[in-house]
Amino acid sequence: MNSHTQTHFDAHASPRGWQAIRTDWSDDKATFKVPASKAMMWFFLLSDTFIFGCFLIAYMAVRSTTTLAWPNPSEVFALTIGGHELPLILIAIMTFILISSSGTMAMAVNFAYRGERNKTCVLMLLTAALGLAFVGMQAFEWSTLIHAGVRPWDNPMGAAQFGASFFMITGFHGLHVSAGVIYLTIIALKVKSGRYEKSGNYQNVEIAGLYWHFVDLVWVFIFAFFYLW
Amino acid sequence: MVNSQVINDGQAHGQQHPIGLYLKVWALLFVLSTLSYLVDILGFTGYLRGFLIITFMLLKAGLIMCFFMHLYWERLALVYTILMPPLALLVLMGLMAWEADYIFFIRTIFFSP
Repeated sequence: MNSHTQTHFDAHASPRGWQAIRTDWSDDKATFKVPASKAMMWFFLLSDTFIFGCFLIAYMAVRSTTTLAWPNPSEVFALTIGGHELPLILIAIMTFILISSSGTMAMAVNFAYRGERNKTCVLMLLTAALGLAFVGMQAFEWSTLIHAGVRPWDNPMGAAQFGASFFMITGFHGLHVSAGVIYLTIIALKVKSGRYEKSGNYQNVEIAGLYWHFVDLVWVFIFAFFYLW
Repeated sequence: MVNSQVINDGQAHGQQHPIGLYLKVWALLFVLSTLSYLVDILGFTGYLRGFLIITFMLLKAGLIMCFFMHLYWERLALVYTILMPPLALLVLMGLMAWEADYIFFIRTIFFSP
């Protein structure tokens, strides 16, 4: 494509329908000097930022306007281990598990670009396993609160908005972790099968990594605002 | 043509960095998480609590985005595309916080038990 064909653009000669959309997007102009799949993952994560951002702002709005008492998360999420009541311990363990999974994911990306596909596959599956452990602990947390009578519309400990915020925010995050576990497992199996070694391009591992680190990033904000505040 | 050559070159090598860097960031994230958990254990309250929570949160978020998500090495066109739009969320947050006192005040008059 040279500039001549662009200045004399003929709408009638150009393709129509889906083909037109495809040719327009694949026009010979590049803004982002990264592969398209990586840019698209970033745009998806940007839109996800708005979803989680709006959830957290809604939580701030209902918490700061309710006239009823807000339960103390430090006590609600405490566990008794060996006769000691440890405040917020379950959430702390979940935080460390998720950070560790982010660490193993970063290692997996590193080994992928070195072409060590067995190590990459093992590290990705380890990441997925840690994610699964996280979801398991979240399921435990949910059932504990449900047994205590907390519902999205009701909360015996005070403000009903606590239940709504808790189930909405942690539920949506847990859904992201669950989807990430499936996503990582699929990519890990593709690494194992030698698919990326054949194409000589391990970019998909890095892109899966972006998604996983984002899930960890969101948890940093949820941990700070919902559990610690 | 030259441009696409550069892109393909970058594609083949991707984001490659020394493994020690990732381990250091990982260790730092553990330390920062421990510190933010200690904010609760040691029972800080008031403005100091809020300040510490937000400081540790931003440090952790920065480390994850810069090094794990490689934003530190990406070109600025991409970095600003990702970081600027969420600033709109701060405007929404400001508006909601501004309204909060008023809504609370109205509720204490008409809805309090």
